[in-house]
Amino acid sequence: MLRDITIGQFFPGDSPVHRMDSRLKLILNLAFLVIIFIADNYLALGISAAFVLSLYIISGISLKFIFRSLKPIMPLIIITSVLNLFLLTGEGEPIFKLGFITIYWQAIDTTAFMILRLFVLIAGMSLLTYTTSPIVLTDAIERLLSPLKYIRFPVHELAMMMTIAMRFIPTLIEETDKIVLAQKARGANFEEGNLITRIKAFIPIIVPLFVSAFKRANELALAMECRCYHGGDGRTKLRQPKLAIVDLFAFLVFLLFTIIIILTNIYF
Amino acid sequence: MDIIKVENVDFSYVSQNDNGKQISNKVLKNINIDIPEGQFLAVLGHNGCGKSTMAKLFNGLLIPQSGKVFVDGIDTADENRIFDVRQTVGMVFQNPDNQIVATIVEEDVAFALENLGVLPNEIRKRVDESLKTVGMYEYRDHAPHKLSGGQKQRVAIAGVLAMRPKCLVLDEPTAMLDPKGRKEIIKTIKMLNKDFGTTVILITHYMEEAAQADRVVVMEQGEVVLDNIPERIFSQVEFMKKIGLDVPQTIELFYELNKNGFSLNLEILDIEEQAEQLADAIKGGNYGISN
Ligand SMILES: Nc1ncnc2c1ncn2[C@@H]1O[C@H](COP(=O)(O)OP(=O)(O)O)[C@@H](O)[C@H]1O
Ligand SMILES: [Mg+2]
Repeated sequence: MLRDITIGQFFPGDSPVHRMDSRLKLILNLAFLVIIFIADNYLALGISAAFVLSLYIISGISLKFIFRSLKPIMPLIIITSVLNLFLLTGEGEPIFKLGFITIYWQAIDTTAFMILRLFVLIAGMSLLTYTTSPIVLTDAIERLLSPLKYIRFPVHELAMMMTIAMRFIPTLIEETDKIVLAQKARGANFEEGNLITRIKAFIPIIVPLFVSAFKRANELALAMECRCYHGGDGRTKLRQPKLAIVDLFAFLVFLLFTIIIILTNIYF
Repeated sequence: MDIIKVENVDFSYVSQNDNGKQISNKVLKNINIDIPEGQFLAVLGHNGCGKSTMAKLFNGLLIPQSGKVFVDGIDTADENRIFDVRQTVGMVFQNPDNQIVATIVEEDVAFALENLGVLPNEIRKRVDESLKTVGMYEYRDHAPHKLSGGQKQRVAIAGVLAMRPKCLVLDEPTAMLDPKGRKEIIKTIKMLNKDFGTTVILITHYMEEAAQADRVVVMEQGEVVLDNIPERIFSQVEFMKKIGLDVPQTIELFYELNKNGFSLNLEILDIEEQAEQLADAIKGGNYGISN
């Protein structure tokens, strides 16, 4: 039942977006976030939307994944939109009035703009995890944060933890499945009773899961020691990221995009 | 040249009881073993007799309280050379799931080399080489959790082979595998021993696996009680049974037949030869069964 969970869906491919250096991709992703918040007119958002759309097409990722990426934030968008609509006031006459509900034209405008902005933002940022494998992304984070080592921030340890977590999540999910089945076979019931009963029913799952996780951790530590693991000092990497032409090109395209957005902000 | 030399080793696990008093549990007593380079050694003994503890002495995961362990001439107690020791003696454990660190096969095989600070080009070369050796090269960009048990264990072996160890210690590597996975692993181990001259120390519960070794060491309550070629070990059926171990099924059969008047040679382990011997005995009309 739990086996289908995946974290950060990645769609392997060979497009320029896939081939871009993951560090650059991560940085441009953050820059994109800033630019979308700077964009203050519909034209700028329209251009951004077209930009994101063309990136999806270039990377060969089906457009339906744009909608899938929006799904988890839909409740948030709906709630803030409703609040915005009713609470924001504007100049002139309200265009709608019923009892204590009043809606101004400006509130509609602001809300629509906010929704559009969030859509473009989420769709654009999702492209990062769609086109970068988790391990490469972890690597990029480790490399980008590596200057923080000098203030004793445990960069390597953090990246190692992320890697091990990603490695063991499927294993532990599989194990949970097995324990659930084993307890069901012994007559455990997870579907009936009040909240307290149901929570209690999960204790026989959590306890063996923890016991096994500790055992795994112990064995993994031994196996790592056997392979000469001694923290991040003097460590090298199989993968050596190198900036290539595609990265220069990506950077220039992004620069152009930034300039266009700033120009629309000034002239519209 | 002995790749591993164990001299008068005692080992105890020391822990504290509830009152804060130290209790020590002596697990290994006066162990002496020399393992020449290129040997295929099997270690037998029932659960809790100290096999895993002894294996951990071989690469400095544990240091004996008294006595010495030398790996390729290096004292494992020498902290400055611990990485040399670990590179020389690679270790593979029972559960392949708990030895694989990375989310991609080739990243995992690279792990040891990354730790040792090997240059990227060289890492690439050795990772490919190790994966090819264990026959997992086509799976290099797969996620480990999607592989079969035998395949995962081969990846774990490749992860150790990448260090180019002279000696491989495998602690019940087939215990969690299905018969197919078990065969894959034994085939890989034997190939490493024959073709690459890697010294192999195989801890196992499967007598058929031990029968293929050059030498068998039998442990009982922290001591080495037998140390000989497999033919001489398994022919001691009564002794093996007394200490709670089995012998290969064919030997067991011959032993039972001998009890009933056959005179079959128990010191032959080759299945073909055993079959011939049995056929001859039957043809010769030498049934020897009294009733
Ligand atoms: N980490 C440990 N701490 C304390 N005692 C241990 C530890 N590991 C093993 N032992 C004890 O040492 C004895 C030998 O264990 P082990 O070497 O694992 O045996 P084997 O591998 O032959 O089954 C057992 O009695 C076990 O309980
Ligand atoms: Mg053991």
